[in-house]
Amino acid sequence: MSELTRLTAAELAQKIHSREVSAVEAAQAHLDRIAAVDERVHAFLHVGAEAALASAALVDESLDADTPPASPLAGVPLALKDVLTTTDMPTTVGSRILEGWRPPYDATVTAKLRAAGVTILGKTNMDEFAMGSSTEYSAYGPTHNPWNLDRIPGGSGGGSAAALAAFEAPLAIGTDTGGSIRQPAAMTGTVGVKPTYGGVSRYGLVACASSLDQAGPCARTVLDAALLHEVIAGHDPLDSTSIDAPVPAVVEAARRGAEGDLHGLRVGVVRELTGEGYQAGVQENFDAALRELEKLGAEVVEVSAPHFQYGLAAYYLILPSEVSSNLARFDAMRYGLRVDKGASAEEVMAATREAGFGPEVKRRIILGTYALSSGYYDAYYGQAQKVRTLISRDFAAAFEQADVLVSPTAPTTAFPIGDKVDDPLAMYLNDLATIPTNLAGTTAMSVPSGVAAEDGLPTGLQVMAPALGEAVMYRVGAAYEAARDAADGSPFATRIPEVKR
Amino acid sequence: MSAPTLVDFDDVVDRYDPVLGLEVHVELSTNTKMFCGCPTTFGAEPNTQVCPTCLGLPGSLPVVNRAAVEAAIRIGLALNCDIAPWGRFARKNYFYPDMPKNFQTSQYDEPIAVNGHLDVTLEDGTVVRVGIERAHMEEDTGKSLHVGGATGRIHGAEYSLLDYNRAGVPLIEIVTKMIPDTGARAPEVARAYVTALRDLIRSLGVSDVRMDQGSMRCDVNLSLSPKGSGILGTRSETKNVNSLRSVERAVRYEMTRHAGVLDAGEKVVQETRHFQEDTATTRSGRIKETSEDYRYFPEPDLVPIAPSPEWVEELRGTLPELPWERRARIQQEWQLSDAELRDLVNAGALDLVAATVEAGAPSGEARSWWVSYLAQQANTRGVALDELPITPAQVARVIELVSSGELNNKLARQVVDGVLEGEGEPDEVVAGRGLAVVSDDGALIAAVDEALAAQPDVAEKIRGGKVAAAGAIVGAVMKATRGQADAKRVRELIIERCGT
Amino acid sequence: MSPESSSAGGAITRDEVAHLARLSRLAVTDAELDVFAGQLDVILGAVARVGEVAAEDIPPTSHAVPLENVFRPDELRPGLTQEQALSGAPAAEDGRFRVPQILGEEQ
Repeated sequence: MSELTRLTAAELAQKIHSREVSAVEAAQAHLDRIAAVDERVHAFLHVGAEAALASAALVDESLDADTPPASPLAGVPLALKDVLTTTDMPTTVGSRILEGWRPPYDATVTAKLRAAGVTILGKTNMDEFAMGSSTEYSAYGPTHNPWNLDRIPGGSGGGSAAALAAFEAPLAIGTDTGGSIRQPAAMTGTVGVKPTYGGVSRYGLVACASSLDQAGPCARTVLDAALLHEVIAGHDPLDSTSIDAPVPAVVEAARRGAEGDLHGLRVGVVRELTGEGYQAGVQENFDAALRELEKLGAEVVEVSAPHFQYGLAAYYLILPSEVSSNLARFDAMRYGLRVDKGASAEEVMAATREAGFGPEVKRRIILGTYALSSGYYDAYYGQAQKVRTLISRDFAAAFEQADVLVSPTAPTTAFPIGDKVDDPLAMYLNDLATIPTNLAGTTAMSVPSGVAAEDGLPTGLQVMAPALGEAVMYRVGAAYEAARDAADGSPFATRIPEVKR
Repeated sequence: MSAPTLVDFDDVVDRYDPVLGLEVHVELSTNTKMFCGCPTTFGAEPNTQVCPTCLGLPGSLPVVNRAAVEAAIRIGLALNCDIAPWGRFARKNYFYPDMPKNFQTSQYDEPIAVNGHLDVTLEDGTVVRVGIERAHMEEDTGKSLHVGGATGRIHGAEYSLLDYNRAGVPLIEIVTKMIPDTGARAPEVARAYVTALRDLIRSLGVSDVRMDQGSMRCDVNLSLSPKGSGILGTRSETKNVNSLRSVERAVRYEMTRHAGVLDAGEKVVQETRHFQEDTATTRSGRIKETSEDYRYFPEPDLVPIAPSPEWVEELRGTLPELPWERRARIQQEWQLSDAELRDLVNAGALDLVAATVEAGAPSGEARSWWVSYLAQQANTRGVALDELPITPAQVARVIELVSSGELNNKLARQVVDGVLEGEGEPDEVVAGRGLAVVSDDGALIAAVDEALAAQPDVAEKIRGGKVAAAGAIVGAVMKATRGQADAKRVRELIIERCGT
Repeated sequence: MSPESSSAGGAITRDEVAHLARLSRLAVTDAELDVFAGQLDVILGAVARVGEVAAEDIPPTSHAVPLENVFRPDELRPGLTQEQALSGAPAAEDGRFRVPQILGEEQ
């Protein structure tokens, strides 16, 4: 493996901008890596080699002419979750119903990445329509966890996380609806951030649950995630739900955090998100992380969020409801798959959706249709929206007592492929700790907290902050990361094993 | 299905009370669509006025058009509604190929305007206050062309072709409260309401409101209640009502049809029917589904609309003089009796007369022209008064020419004819046809002398003091000058020339 | 399908699932119906616990972010060409999307 693929994005950017290395070299090194391992990992659904090299060449040309880099990440390669539209590559959302679909427009996030000079290597695998926690619901086959190819990489954004862990890219974009960035980050020992709802544009983000979806940065280090965060975040007039406020200064916060002083900061442990139901190694690593934070000067307090226990139930009512409506447009009339079974439009629609959607998607469409039905609306969807208010209030109360909240990101380490795929409810439990943040619209990140003693698989520490509170979150994440690296003697990424044959 | 039994209309109103409801959709004339920046102009090549948002492409998002919200608020204010201080859009979910998202972004239980009224004046002066339940914003669907069937309608079509240029155009839906107690006048009230609403919205300048072009669409809801029972009947909804006349006829027909069903001891089916223009009847919709559950929920891609009181008041200040305010003012200014005002309104002449007055004509003359000569011309040509090819400004000019003596009334009519024929402005017609009153005394004297010479006995009488006899000479001079003489002056000259 | 016909706590019958599938235009197979009915039953049982929270006076949240009055000016913005619009179309004719015979009525 080329040394270039072991670098962090910040390091790689520095080498490219100083012209020690060209953007094309950097791109090629990663394309070679993809060619070497992706058959086993299956992180990518599409690799756009030609376009990537062309884009990198343009960056080189510009830098050679002494033009300042378009962004601190100009020339750095990136893997893009296949849920964001790209005009030069297919956008399948992990589904058969959009197999080969070439959107006529770029998502705002895509456009920002291009404008920043980032080299988009390709589109990554995901659970179909972002519904899942293992990437096993992809219509194109699962992604394999680089730590252990028999294990899931997490989901729905398993492809992006695996690409990072397999050193196929130093940066990735994911989307997080109930934990789909954070949980795969924990499963693969990488960093993943869900920005405040409205912090990153959803224009061009194929919708799963509109009120929960957020695109976010994924990387192997907190600083890299911060750099990427500043490229993609910001107000978008094409997205009515995007926040018109300055992007939080997360790079500065990450750098400051790495200096290691957390005195004056209160870290709240959410009582309802630890203990029973959490794998031993997960809990151990979490406790150890708390001790690290204390050593850095933070005050660790316990907080209670009594309505978090209803989070899963509320989520699995709100999400399917919005999904059932968002996915109605896939009807074989204007784009995507058409199964010409039957003579009428209605029959063709039904046959196409039957063939084009996988079982999890169908389950959620049916569940959502039920929850919104007249007669059931109040008891299900209506009630779930009230629970959402209660969860927001729990957060608000907790953030009075602490500056950030922490929990293990996921209850278990990466489980074997096939273990939970036929047990939807068991699968849903993966999102226990991550869901409340999506419901409240606040921000959270997952940072590697070591490996579990019993299986050697990575665990993640989740750091949660209030809406638009990314700065304190990145600060804590970076501080913890630095302390952990210091204790280990090397960056966590060095612990990621080589992808097995 | 056998033809429905229809009960004679007078019989119906003897035994049943009709309850009316009208839903009107108005297509706004904003530059761009409700949720995206695509143009709304009519007649473009198919699918050339679309974008990811109005095409419902995966990943697309809506952003509300501010002008559409303003139009909605103004319509609400003009209808005496309360403007909701806070409300959200909602999704109305159902599958249909003309709706790209298979849901319509609309408003459900939080409409922007509620609880208003429109006072409708019927032809005989009766005023009916029609309650307005709500007005809300929504988006239009695309247009489908049905290919392969006999009539181009959906029935029997082989396939359909979709054009989404119209998808996303802003619509305002205005729903009346139930209108009871109209009895035999229900058809008339329905028509009058839609007419009044059209005029009102036109005065706001927010829509063309042309029923014949689809920028105003009306659905008629009707039910019958057995007289005195207080029991509400089942209502039917009739769509495809494309003109004011059809509104009236649809109500009438449904009343007779419902009565036929009820008289036979059967239940009226709650259904959507389609008005058939050619036979003035309604026909049942093709597929009968159980009443659709639209699974409404608040639109998560949009944020609430919360018009501030300041903004609402600012918009209230932009309302033009509303039609009934205008009528009241005009009645006072022109000192019209109620009957005179009504005549004007019924002749469709009020706006035209007002505009003529605005162009400088005295109201009496302006009225007189429009209500008599021009009305006759319109009748002869089979067009509405406002479709005559003459403008109020032109009429005002003609009136001016008469009052300055350049034309007499007879000539003035010829000038008007000339304008109607397309010969140009009144002055151009006068010149072109040589219609100016002869004001040159010399020429007139010559004509007078000639006429006197031709009728010596009459001349004798005049010289003898019988001034009344001058009439015959006046007539002769008028004939000789082809009416282009000022009769009064001619008479003066005759008397002069006769030396009396 | 009325609230009374399914028991409290979310027992969902095979028939109900079939009805919902029709409503959402999913031509599910008989085998799927059986599997889904069982799975959905379990899921509904779990999610029904939102009802345990006494929430009469709690306002529902539909937006986590308290934004209001987000508008755009009534100005033109470049859209797609006809070619772009039709680029993904399974079938097109004369610049329009061609779709099979529509059975239902327009709303």
